[in-house]
Amino acid sequence: MTAIPQNTQAASGSLLEADIRRTPPFRFSERWQSFTVLLPSFIAIAVFVYAFISYTFYVSLTNWRTLKRDMTLRDPLLQNYEDLFDNTRWQYDLRNTVIFTVIFILAAILVGLGLAMLIDYNRERFAISFFRNVYLFPYALSFVVTGVAWRWIFNPETGINLFFKLFGINDLVGHELKPGWTTDPDIWWSVNDSLEKLWPASGDFLKANIGLPIALIPVAIAATWQLSGFVMAMYLGGMSTISTDIREAARMDGCNEWQVYWHVILPLLRPITVSTVIILLHVSLKIFDLVFTMTGVGPGFATDMPAIFVFEQMFKATKYNLASAASIVMLIMAAIVIIPYLIHSLRKEE
Amino acid sequence: MAPQTNLRHKRRFHLGDLTWIILVLAILFYLMPIYVMVINGLKDAQEVSLSTMWNLPKSLSAGGFEQAWERLSPNMYNSLRMVVIATILSSFLGAVNGYLLSKWKFPGSDLLFTFMLFGFFIPYQSILFPLVRFLQEIDLYGKTPGLILVHVIYGIPVTTLIFRNFYANIPNELLEAARVDGAGLVSIFTHVMIPLSIPAFVVVGIFQFTNIWNDFLFGVTVVPNPSAQPVTIALNNLSGTFSVDWNVVMSGAVVAALPTAIVYIVMGRFFVQGLLAGSVKG
Repeated sequence: MTAIPQNTQAASGSLLEADIRRTPPFRFSERWQSFTVLLPSFIAIAVFVYAFISYTFYVSLTNWRTLKRDMTLRDPLLQNYEDLFDNTRWQYDLRNTVIFTVIFILAAILVGLGLAMLIDYNRERFAISFFRNVYLFPYALSFVVTGVAWRWIFNPETGINLFFKLFGINDLVGHELKPGWTTDPDIWWSVNDSLEKLWPASGDFLKANIGLPIALIPVAIAATWQLSGFVMAMYLGGMSTISTDIREAARMDGCNEWQVYWHVILPLLRPITVSTVIILLHVSLKIFDLVFTMTGVGPGFATDMPAIFVFEQMFKATKYNLASAASIVMLIMAAIVIIPYLIHSLRKEE
Repeated sequence: MAPQTNLRHKRRFHLGDLTWIILVLAILFYLMPIYVMVINGLKDAQEVSLSTMWNLPKSLSAGGFEQAWERLSPNMYNSLRMVVIATILSSFLGAVNGYLLSKWKFPGSDLLFTFMLFGFFIPYQSILFPLVRFLQEIDLYGKTPGLILVHVIYGIPVTTLIFRNFYANIPNELLEAARVDGAGLVSIFTHVMIPLSIPAFVVVGIFQFTNIWNDFLFGVTVVPNPSAQPVTIALNNLSGTFSVDWNVVMSGAVVAALPTAIVYIVMGRFFVQGLLAGSVKG
């Protein structure tokens, strides 16, 4: 196990950091050589990404909802999308994505940043690199592996609930504490009623109970466990590029150690926060394996996700048009996050 | 909360001690699921029970691992074959693309690269249906070579990204010197760039190895036949089988995790470089 590298691309917070200031004045023919060699990759991406997305989009407009191919267009054209948003399960899925994303990203950033600061603060200590490597270790594991383990940890008959017995918490409160965790169908803080008062029309199309599904919390904990080490590594990569002179200067000005972090280091890490949040958003919008193995769709679709919806509608129910429409909505959600980021990175490079 | 680290006076209580205690507690949290997997995997079928999940095994038993290995070893082999070939191919493609896109730019090459990179960020659900139909068409559906093709193609954006960033840091003077000596586009790559890019190959190799090994979505959609599936899918099936003892599932999880865990433990530094350079979890 070894140290976090000192010289990383992360510091600037850009994936397209590579900055080519000067391209040698090569001859025309060599540019064509370059283009020709790149062409197969471009074609592969054009087909497997862009043509396939177009195909999926087209299917999302058709009547193709059985095994039998049917490419006739629906009338009205966007009827599948209307059906989709009218689908109660899809409404649950959108609710779950939003709530999962908020909990998971807040937790992962706070835990990851906290660990990075604590490690940075204790960087002189013995075995600190061992600690860092342990925190990052879950990131190397497959979501399926960790999903299997977390499923048992949050099983109401064992796992966490055993702690209540082992540590005497049950005796303390006088009865057996037994939260259902991933099997709990409760939705807390339902907002449907207040939403209907504010916006009467919402009752007509809103079929799902909008609130916090309790069963999602264990899933968010598992995801935080797996990705907070990654967040920590991003921040540590950034901190390693902040020179000790800056810290020293701040101390000279009378900052205590906490103020050095709060007023000097954290503001410098803002670009890293932006990239990290974008990457985590992108993970959470399409999360599949972890939820699929840990809880599946959950009680009353409490842990269902758009990715699981697409998978089941497409390969189990063979409702190709509806599943395609759902996957296009997923793509749009991801694109809203990623495209501004890519454009920003490209501009910065120029 | 504010620690007084005024260098002049030493205090009795150090905030550092508190931060240290937090870090130690965090270790327990991060190791907890791994502890559960290993400990219960080592129990024998009689001993493993829900009410003693956190207890250490009374006697070590390899029974769970033997059974898990018996069930998962064909899939481990599938995964290994797929991962090794796909990693080598996609690293090589990424190296070529990254070299050309950083050192042999042409008008529009940056834009094409951005279009390519977008392919890294799409939710793969949006291409799965045409992908499956395409693979059926070319008769690679349900086969490991089909899965290799998928991983190589969808690996192009990120491997290209990492190599492009790596080559951008190699001074152009080096290329110009090689050109003075009469080297062209191809010979500069084979004689100058490849020898310099061993570290990048290691980083990309580990990145791809981990990503492809841990993949679930492509494996489960492209390969329906259980005996041809990668180990992640086989493990998921195993954990959903009620006739299988719990210790076997836990052993299976350890077995399936082992290759990437070993890579991480042995080459952690390169792993970190890879995730910072192309930081997305598939």
